[in-house]
Amino acid sequence: MSKPQSILRGVVLFTGAVAFVFPFYYMIIGSLQEAPDPTVTGAFPHPGNLTGANYTAIDQRVNLFRALVNSGIFTGGVIACTVVFGVLVGYALSVLEWRGRSATFALALLVQVVPFQLLTVPLYVLVARNYGLADNYLGMILPFAINSTAVLIFRQYFLQVPKELFEAARIDGASELGLLTRVALPLVRPALVTVILLTFIGPWNEFLWPFLITKDADMQPLAVSLANYISNVAASAANPFGAMLAGAVVLAAPVVILFIVFQRYFTSTDLGSGVKG
Amino acid sequence: MSLLPRSRAILILGRHPLGWLFSAPYLVFVLAIFAYPLVFAGYMSFHDYFFAAPGAQVERPFVGLANYVQLFSDPAVRRSFVNVAIFLVINVPLTVVISLLLATLLNQVTRFRTALRVAYYVPYVSASVAVVAVWLFLFSGTGLVNNVLGPLAPEPTWLINPHWAMPSIALFVTWKQMGVYILLYLAALQNVPRELYESAATDGASRIRSFWNVTVPGVRPATVLVLLLSTVVGSNLFTEPYLLTGGGGPNGASSSPVLIMYQQGIEQGKPGYAAAIGIVLVIGTLVIAALQNRFAGGKD
Repeated sequence: MSKPQSILRGVVLFTGAVAFVFPFYYMIIGSLQEAPDPTVTGAFPHPGNLTGANYTAIDQRVNLFRALVNSGIFTGGVIACTVVFGVLVGYALSVLEWRGRSATFALALLVQVVPFQLLTVPLYVLVARNYGLADNYLGMILPFAINSTAVLIFRQYFLQVPKELFEAARIDGASELGLLTRVALPLVRPALVTVILLTFIGPWNEFLWPFLITKDADMQPLAVSLANYISNVAASAANPFGAMLAGAVVLAAPVVILFIVFQRYFTSTDLGSGVKG
Repeated sequence: MSLLPRSRAILILGRHPLGWLFSAPYLVFVLAIFAYPLVFAGYMSFHDYFFAAPGAQVERPFVGLANYVQLFSDPAVRRSFVNVAIFLVINVPLTVVISLLLATLLNQVTRFRTALRVAYYVPYVSASVAVVAVWLFLFSGTGLVNNVLGPLAPEPTWLINPHWAMPSIALFVTWKQMGVYILLYLAALQNVPRELYESAATDGASRIRSFWNVTVPGVRPATVLVLLLSTVVGSNLFTEPYLLTGGGGPNGASSSPVLIMYQQGIEQGKPGYAAAIGIVLVIGTLVIAALQNRFAGGKD
């Protein structure tokens, strides 16, 4: 490869990175500005125009702590269900031989391409109206309870465990549940991290579903309360953009930090196994 | 004697009937959350369905195709389907071209590889609601983008301009989802045999030629997947028109079918009508996916 080509490649890659990251940098800068400064110089931190007031402002309109707790319960519930039931079905799909296995596998693939939002109206009628689970954590968690991509990732990892290991343990009289927890699980610990990361972003970032079924502000996850703030109350605030961006930082920071710290568990190979099946 | 029932059980249930037990929670989940609501949506779409107190016995008359007839003659619904088409025409090609380009280049470098990869997927892992806030700031009338563009800025500004509202949303979603498609292409690139590049090089093919003749066909399964997933994301569009353009504005120029479903089904209390829109959208999405598979999938 010639030198100009190599430089061009570097420029394209770097420009791409800036395009993806700049809005996040700008989010932080904007959240710290006392008065919104949309000029080009405003994109750089200005000591005279820095303040934490926007964070106090958003916290007065949206109880940030309460909203974060709700987001945490919603996300935690989904992760717990996905890990427990996803491991079980992933194990059944890879290690056990039973009729219906290939049909169940096909189902897990199919579910990934169903446009989920389209199910929201019937799900809303069922969960909120018929079962009375509006403003309820269970109602929030149910539609997301088992992440199908996670099921496929577990299956893929279990497939890589040598079959002889299971046969040997079975001869020693171990039960299947014992095999699963004592042989298989310890070997696929990295898959557990990948699955938790991947599952985390679903409920934490979800807007439409919790928005539909929570009317009580004390039950709303942060994505919903921030969206309500953006669409309704922002206009009446002293520095609406500042407060909005402060809320956005609080919502985005946990996920971004998590994915930077654990980036090595979120690579193309982990994901590839999930979608290729 | 005791062997016979056991072998019969194996014949019916397989060698490890426990597989059924282990899969039961997931199967129940899929039935309750995907299969049943899908059937229920079909049922609602043929009825004048309305909300009632839990347990109350109310009559919800069968109306045949009335909901479907109504939606095809409703200009707001038709507009929302046109908007999805505009969205897909902008979003899908941009997604495929840019993510394949960035993945191919990223695959060639070793320095800064991790940092670049992380930078690319940060928008994907962040909440739409959070990122929408900063885009509203960037693309407002007096925002940074217009300050940089100066006289080139559209009037009225992006998100309240009837011609630019939908393309702006399409660009936003393209940008936000790109990271995961780059990862998919990176995975696919690992499966393209190195020898193919080497033999292309010995045949004197330029880098651009070998990209067209080796890389593009080599990652075709990933391309089919990227087409499918980006189409599904497009038909699911809700948060962006709801927040970026204040509910599909200006004047419905950026509304989406899911947004109309929310307005009609839940705000206006006509879930049967909303369900019919949903069914038409599912069928439309499946048709597009089948066409993509036909034309991009190839024979392999």
